[in-house]
Amino acid sequence: MSTTRAAAVPRSLPHWRWHWQSPGLARPLNWLSVKAGALLLPAALLLLWHTAVTREWVSAQILPPPELVLQTFLDLARSGDLWFELSISLQRVLIGSLLGGLVGLALGLLMGLSRQVEAYLWPLFQAIAQVPVLGWIPLLMMLVGIDEGLKYLVIAKAVLVPMTINTFAGIRNIPASYLEVAQVYRFNLVQRLHRVILPAALPSIFTGVRFALTKGWIALVTVELLASSEGIGYLMVDGRQMFQLDLVIVSMLVIGLVGLLLDKGLALIETRLQRWQRQAF
Amino acid sequence: MTDLAKRFPFLQRRPDLRGAVVPAGLVLLWWLATALQWVDTKIVASPPAVLDAFWQAAVGGELWHNLGASLQRNLTGFVVGGLIGLAFGTLLGLSRLAERLVGPTFHAAKQIALFAWIPLLSAWFGFGEPAKVAFIALAVFYPVALNSFEGIRATRVELYEVARVLGLSRTQRLFKLVLPSAAPAIFTGLHLGLIYAWLATIGAEYFFSAGPGIGNTMIDGREHFEMDQVLYGLVVVGAVGLLLNRLAAWIETRTLAWRVRPH
Repeated sequence: MSTTRAAAVPRSLPHWRWHWQSPGLARPLNWLSVKAGALLLPAALLLLWHTAVTREWVSAQILPPPELVLQTFLDLARSGDLWFELSISLQRVLIGSLLGGLVGLALGLLMGLSRQVEAYLWPLFQAIAQVPVLGWIPLLMMLVGIDEGLKYLVIAKAVLVPMTINTFAGIRNIPASYLEVAQVYRFNLVQRLHRVILPAALPSIFTGVRFALTKGWIALVTVELLASSEGIGYLMVDGRQMFQLDLVIVSMLVIGLVGLLLDKGLALIETRLQRWQRQAF
Repeated sequence: MTDLAKRFPFLQRRPDLRGAVVPAGLVLLWWLATALQWVDTKIVASPPAVLDAFWQAAVGGELWHNLGASLQRNLTGFVVGGLIGLAFGTLLGLSRLAERLVGPTFHAAKQIALFAWIPLLSAWFGFGEPAKVAFIALAVFYPVALNSFEGIRATRVELYEVARVLGLSRTQRLFKLVLPSAAPAIFTGLHLGLIYAWLATIGAEYFFSAGPGIGNTMIDGREHFEMDQVLYGLVVVGAVGLLLNRLAAWIETRTLAWRVRPH
């Protein structure tokens, strides 16, 4: 997101520029240099990492060599342990997100449609949203224990807040003229919801879904680190406790990758779903 | 009365009491449930018990001791992470070469959830104060670096050309043009950083070793099954977060007031 925004700025500071003589060759070569440049630092870091361990500048226990990390990843992937832990984590995110997402959607819809409901519920919602997920965890642990229920509730809370806010804002930002047209047509509530309100609020709601799932994934990692005996977060805690940092690093990479895939996948669906909006140009 | 209302404009506005109905109802329900023994009062603390625990901690000084430790940690991490983030973002913003080399790695590393760093940080920095501060600094680093980078990239080329025509040196250009024009974005980053720092402070106190801190108060409360302690900790965490947020917004408007000043 940030890269595209930075790239979208048409004119910026004239700094380091690479001018090639041949205009036909300039573009592919430039593209190649950008890609190569991007890989230079990771490659250098990898080399440094490798050298640091083999020359014993740092102990292999503090920093396992990159080959070992790769080997651990392959072992985990082959034995199926990785997929097992990952499937448990993803299942938790799915159930928690469904719970929080549906409640958030309902809450956002109700508050968006009725000023009366908003006046009653918005302050309470804000107070709950104000305390971060992390703050709720000890209380929830006391109330529901440390079983699956805790994970679902923590993820649901993380998902609830962006879902509610985006649904609410999506409805409130519908241009008044749309609603006036609906009034002229004497639409009833169901028609208004189906024909006007939901389609108009959909982009904002979908942004909420995307944002919420990213939040849900982060919340899952947090709660699994604190209290779990299964899942990708647990794999990490386990690796740390046995001082197998290769396991810790593999888990970190998998967590980052899954987060990225969730976000990119939803962004892709988002553009697909909203293609009709772009018909004008 | 009118004098008072004039001096404090918020008194003129009558608060919308409808928002208090549901919370008041919930507290009443909670109070009834504990007073009438619908729930086990050994597990669920009653509202007076929570107030009492809060009062005891405030008078006894534990609350201030813990809160002070948390805030100090928070601030140290914020300053360390903020400075490194600002320097990093500025470098990336000013130099296309640096952006090409470091940018992709930076954006990739950002994908790893913040809390996923904790096991590795604990292996490298131990479980004490350095690990906590390093974690908070990491939390602050990302938003500050990202926003200062984007702010600097958005510097208008016309202004930069004028600065060159006027013969400003590189340092002058940086401090008189680039940084001031990026200031709103940098402040957004710092503001986000402050919010993340508080979150990371609580997280660091949960995961790393025990010691003074408001997060530790909550974790201890849970371990000893003292819900009153957990609940007042929860309220303090929320309140401090809110105050930090307001403080940042206030400083932001104050410092950036020149933007809206009429010519």
